Amino acid sequence: MKFGVARFPGSNCDQDAYYAIKDVLGQPVEYLWHQEADLKGADVVVIPGGFSFGDYLRCGAIARFAPVMEAVQEHAAKGGIVIGICNGFQILCESRLLPGALIRNDGQKFVCKHVSLRVENTNTVFTRNAKPDQILSIPVAHGEGKYVCDDQLHDQLQANGQILFRYASDDENPNGSIDNIAGIMNTGGNVFGMMPHPERACDKALGSADGLVLLGSLLNGRS
Amino acid sequence: MIDPKVYRDMGLIDSEFQVILDTLGREPTITEIGMYAVMWSEHCGYKYSRPVLRLFKKYREAADAGEVENAGVVDLGDGIGAVMKMESHNHPSAVEPFQGAATGVGGILRDIFTMGARPIASLNSLRFGTLDDAHTRYLFERVVEGIAHYGNCVGVPTVGGEIYFHPSYQGNPLVNAMAVGIVDTDKVASAAAKGIGNPVIYVGSSTGRDGIHGATFASVELGPDSESKRPNVQMGDPFQEKLLIEATLEALATGYVVGIQDMGAAGLTCSTCETAAKAGNGMTIDVRKVPAREPGMSPYEIMLSESQERMLAIAEKGKESAIIDVFHKWGLSAEVVGEVTDTGRVVVLDNGVVVADVPARHLTDECPTYFLDAAEPASIKQNQSHDLSFVTEPSDYNAALLTLLGQPSIASKRYVYQQYDHMVQTQTTAFPGAADAAVLKLRGTHKAIALTTDCNPRYCYLDPFLGAQIAVAEAARNLSCVGATPLAVTDCLNFPNPEKPDNFWVFRRSVEGLADACEAFNTPVISGNVSFYNETPDHAIYPTPTIGMIGLIEDATKTVGSGFVNEGDDIFLIGNGEPVWGASEYLHAIHGHDAGAPPPLSIEDEKALQKALRKGIASGLIKSAHDSAEGGIAVALAESAMSSGLGASLTLTLEPLVTPPSLGVFEPSAALALFGERTATALITSSPANRAAIGALATGAGLNLVRLGSVGGDALKVRCAGDDIIDAPLAVLTDVYESAIPKALHGK
Repeated sequence: MKFGVARFPGSNCDQDAYYAIKDVLGQPVEYLWHQEADLKGADVVVIPGGFSFGDYLRCGAIARFAPVMEAVQEHAAKGGIVIGICNGFQILCESRLLPGALIRNDGQKFVCKHVSLRVENTNTVFTRNAKPDQILSIPVAHGEGKYVCDDQLHDQLQANGQILFRYASDDENPNGSIDNIAGIMNTGGNVFGMMPHPERACDKALGSADGLVLLGSLLNGRS
Repeated sequence: MIDPKVYRDMGLIDSEFQVILDTLGREPTITEIGMYAVMWSEHCGYKYSRPVLRLFKKYREAADAGEVENAGVVDLGDGIGAVMKMESHNHPSAVEPFQGAATGVGGILRDIFTMGARPIASLNSLRFGTLDDAHTRYLFERVVEGIAHYGNCVGVPTVGGEIYFHPSYQGNPLVNAMAVGIVDTDKVASAAAKGIGNPVIYVGSSTGRDGIHGATFASVELGPDSESKRPNVQMGDPFQEKLLIEATLEALATGYVVGIQDMGAAGLTCSTCETAAKAGNGMTIDVRKVPAREPGMSPYEIMLSESQERMLAIAEKGKESAIIDVFHKWGLSAEVVGEVTDTGRVVVLDNGVVVADVPARHLTDECPTYFLDAAEPASIKQNQSHDLSFVTEPSDYNAALLTLLGQPSIASKRYVYQQYDHMVQTQTTAFPGAADAAVLKLRGTHKAIALTTDCNPRYCYLDPFLGAQIAVAEAARNLSCVGATPLAVTDCLNFPNPEKPDNFWVFRRSVEGLADACEAFNTPVISGNVSFYNETPDHAIYPTPTIGMIGLIEDATKTVGSGFVNEGDDIFLIGNGEPVWGASEYLHAIHGHDAGAPPPLSIEDEKALQKALRKGIASGLIKSAHDSAEGGIAVALAESAMSSGLGASLTLTLEPLVTPPSLGVFEPSAALALFGERTATALITSSPANRAAIGALATGAGLNLVRLGSVGGDALKVRCAGDDIIDAPLAVLTDVYESAIPKALHGK
């Protein structure tokens, strides 16, 4: 399975995602430069964390106009798999590939720490290796990760099983996201975004290897 | 005739101006006066500190050999090297804490990647007044936010550091930023402008009117008019810096970059003069080719601007477009602004008209140096001989421990480090608060590096020589507690006005202490920074020679944290250090005194302990290690318990202490054993099955070993002479420890 990791000016988790895929998953991976509308044959596109275009104006608001995002839109429309992590989640929301928005943390400060996540739906390509209600320890590192949406969208996300991860309790919620939402997918089940960083949790020496549940799910049945 | 007020206001003295007149053979232009003034400031020229810095062996040898540049690379084996440096941004942070701290981080990172190294870690050592003062709370919050803003965005993890609060820093906070990078040792970039005719390329952000004379501002005391210096503070843009990191490393990989230097203090002036002087060449640049942020900037302003995120690169002639293309790809400006010449002079043109023509070396290497008067302050002997016999056993040991854990200097810094991305780049294996040093496993290798910053300013105030020695010893001990072999030191020497003889004496004694200890521990000082004039009209800071130290763990899996690991493990106190009350946090927090002499340091005992720690960790015998520092072993035990969630039960057996005669003979004292401070000592845990092996480890190294008790339960219990003198649930300890700083800031 071939991976592509998008690179915007200001991306800073691109290399972490690249090495997690290459060294831990053992899969082929290439960087996708923001100015090129070319996914280089990637089956899975990762939009990594960081501060694309400095996160000026609004997180992800400028990156959505990058040429590479046109290719990502087409890829997603054809059912291709897209994962946005942290700033990547923000970019996917700004691109309307995912519904809702991410705003400033309730605490008004950047938060970096491990949090407990509960897997809410194991019937997806992103979570099929997880057990129902499995608790994962995965770090967050963001200042604007509070997920918000209106009641109607919230009901829809809930009804369709689009909420894949919740912070395991109110105490674990680092940003005030409504209903403790940490990660969601689109109705098509092929585009997924989360604020926590699974690529930072691929090695016990780094504090947790629980991110492999997510990354490993992508490979399930394929290689 | 030039009005003396012009150059005096810029910080030049009459005799220096006369030297300039004699050298140039004419009156300098206003641009030239500005260039000289900033290059001959203490901040850039080290005119007062240079003679003293020769005490550092590696600096002296490198300076004599003309190889200061490459002395900063630490060999990690297998063709990999580490570069590291620490720098102060104290004065800017005093008047504009957010930008001051942010640009401190940005500046030190540029020093790393201009050497061709990818920055992999940041640390910072911070000092503030006490948090009962509203202005200090503002400075503290904004400094931390500035560091977080810059470090998080630029994608370099902030992995460690230290924070102290003390009244001596009221109004004059210290912000010392340290950065570490990794480079292939055969690809270290040079900062020399070699090759006559080679093009000089200006790279990065455009030049604005910010930060003009920032270096000069850093070379005077803070005073009532310091607020008016706010325009001297630079503005940082971490997004530009991130682009600059990637573009610079990519440009260096082309092989066409001959030399490169960042524009930090003194901006274009410093980068042109230093790169030219380093190669023994000259350089001609035209300021009108420099990308300017606003129209109408004078040559003086362009040459002295300290706008951030800029670099000067010297390219191989004919290959400049390959380099410029890389920077353009990353969306950065890159303009040829001049060329290398054989004249030895930096010539500045304004649209072709000469506005400055100065000998490069005269501004750099030939900066006047001064041997200042030094006189031992009378207060040192007075403070050291302070009678401490009034310190008696506390009525409530639990309360004393809680008081110490609630001191902001000791309390948990979670409030701070959670604002810093300490994990990006996925190499951090020991997080803040979990070990005595930050540990980073280097991608693509089996090695790890360990990093720490240390300095106990109260020790340095009470005994500058010993305090500086202990700073080095403690840094090496912290590295040894994670299993790392100490390799090298970077320092940041924060002192008050050196033109006052007692201050200069303290500075010199501190450097002597550092130099002595660095030779003893075989950790040469490879880089550093001096920050003088840290005083306000009310008071001076405590002398603060901050040490940054790097160590190597050959096998990244052979490391331990500071928290307890398993129920039932033995807890040992290992080492020959004996506790004293002098200079202790206990004396400060409970009795309100900064007095007495710091704990004595035996270099031999310290080295023996550190070697034993590394041996025990590498062999897997030691499961956790934590050094005993401020607050004594009681605080260390509480920290190991809190970070693991495992309690401990201990029994204290009191024996007469053998102390150096100068400190007097102490009766056995539970309080002193628990809260007194010592060197050359650590707390370790191991499996009871290995009790004999731990005994052999200690005996073989000539170290005292006391089994204090074992890990277990949900409380910290210390029994002494049949009484439970400490019996505190972990939940209570943790609440005090974790809430101290948030409460001091927000009252909750």
